[in-house]
Amino acid sequence: MPLFRQQVPTGPHYGVLAEFATTTDLYHACERVRDAGFTRWDAHTPFPVHGLDKAMGLKRSPLPWIVLVAGLTGAAGGFGLQYWVHADAYPLVISGKPYFAWPAMIPITFELGVLFAAFGAVFGMFGLNKLPMHHHPLFKSKIFERVTDDAFFISIESRDPKFDPSATGKLLESLGARSVELLES
Amino acid sequence: MTAEHDLVALRPDQVTIPPGHPWNRLPLVGAGCAVLGAVVCALLGAGNPKQFFFSWLVSFLFFLSLAIGALFFVLIQYAAQGGWSVVLRRIGETTFATVPVMAALFVPLLFGLNHLFSWSVPGAAEHDALLQWKAPFLNVPFFLIRAVLYFGIWSFIALMYYRGSRGQDVTGDPAVSARLRKFAGPGIIVMALTATFASVDWIMSLTPHWYSTMFGVYFFAGSFIGFIALLSVVAAAMRGAGLLDTVITAEHLQDVGKMLFAFTVFWTYIAFSQFFLIWYGNLPEETTWYRARMEGSWLTISILLMAGHFAVPFFYLMGRAVKRRNTTLAVGGVWLLAMHFVDLYWQVMPTLHPEGFRPSVLDVAAFMAIGGCFVAAASWLLRRQALVPMRDPRLAESLAFENV
Repeated sequence: MPLFRQQVPTGPHYGVLAEFATTTDLYHACERVRDAGFTRWDAHTPFPVHGLDKAMGLKRSPLPWIVLVAGLTGAAGGFGLQYWVHADAYPLVISGKPYFAWPAMIPITFELGVLFAAFGAVFGMFGLNKLPMHHHPLFKSKIFERVTDDAFFISIESRDPKFDPSATGKLLESLGARSVELLES
Repeated sequence: MTAEHDLVALRPDQVTIPPGHPWNRLPLVGAGCAVLGAVVCALLGAGNPKQFFFSWLVSFLFFLSLAIGALFFVLIQYAAQGGWSVVLRRIGETTFATVPVMAALFVPLLFGLNHLFSWSVPGAAEHDALLQWKAPFLNVPFFLIRAVLYFGIWSFIALMYYRGSRGQDVTGDPAVSARLRKFAGPGIIVMALTATFASVDWIMSLTPHWYSTMFGVYFFAGSFIGFIALLSVVAAAMRGAGLLDTVITAEHLQDVGKMLFAFTVFWTYIAFSQFFLIWYGNLPEETTWYRARMEGSWLTISILLMAGHFAVPFFYLMGRAVKRRNTTLAVGGVWLLAMHFVDLYWQVMPTLHPEGFRPSVLDVAAFMAIGGCFVAAASWLLRRQALVPMRDPRLAESLAFENV
């Protein structure tokens, strides 16, 4: 998929946005949305809420595997580069050590392993979150501005197979939402 | 810290070893091992005192390092006000409460100083300029004074924290936690200094010409990972034996596993740095120690350490699921305990057998004798107390702990 294309639903509606007053309300609402079988939805909070991933039924992120592969690539690359330079391309006697003096190569192998693992973590996270994304339909909501302050939200996208503009909104209201909004694309 | 700790009510049967439980027999099993090991040591050691003293030193260092690692662990938890670890703290407290026993087990070594430490042989320094220069530090009276100091200080800290925590079980006084926290910072500094000097005295001075300025950290790294490995084994074994199985959760195991993983890397970092600087500088009085370990069968042990103390546990402990199950975590812990023993063996034994790796029955006998005393003392203490600090102000936080 193209890196910079917006990953948002097509059609007249983006989805519904529901605001909750407390983390407890949000937590229990998430459990109910999860149990109702929705798949394309998200929760938005000003700070991390412990256990929310479980309440939402989120699967574990594949990010650790990206980090592992990136880290091993960096370590292997660092070691291979030094091996090629010292033992193959430019064999020079340094400090009376053998051409292939592996202990001398460990620090750079380690550093490149760490560097690539960090790249894997940061850019892998960007990729998995489909960032950078310069605009998002959620920002059209005035009330959503409080997501960085004191309000807690659930958004359900219109491309969710279970989505229905009125029924989904009513469900969220029944879960204790303070307000429910239907957002345009 | 809130008043919510008043709401926690652990029933006594949840946190003690119930009557008739197999763990009640552990002190007897330990004592049996100790007697058997001691008898074999006496029978075979008489004919080969040098081997006996070296074997005894390795096993003594192994179990002592577990107690020292436990002291560091508990002091760090107090200093950092760690909440997650409260349900595991008693395992650490019980481990370091064996320090006075270890002091008693140090005594046999005093009869073999001349066998162990070439600098202690009368007249050793006469034709040796380096030993003459080091004599103000490396002489028998000062060596003994230092040993008394180490054990005095370690016992003092160990008993202070053990008694404080046990006392809090009865009184529930949160001031105990505050007082122990206040002493934890200075305690860590004192522990770092004494453990460093002890490792110089009892391991580094086996090769009296040699020195490494980071040897103390190396000893600490080994001790700490040794204790974390023990902690993971004991915590998993307790859960497996139906003790604390509702109190210690997979979340706690995972955190212990994370520490095990982290300190695998830390030990490797320190062990490699020590080797790397000496290898690169290539000065004869520094390289001699590694030279002895890079020849013949000692090289095999060196490679075993690189693979077994780093590569294998590094990849084994990386995943999340491994750290959350009793058996898989315990396998990692037993493996690293074994590697910690190999590490100490590799540090001590080439002095006795420079020609190569020579295992001995006395190695096993000394391990059984000292390990038996250690297990007997620790499990005897475990039986007489709650298995968690029942009224610690952070117990509720620890019980509810979840990894994010």
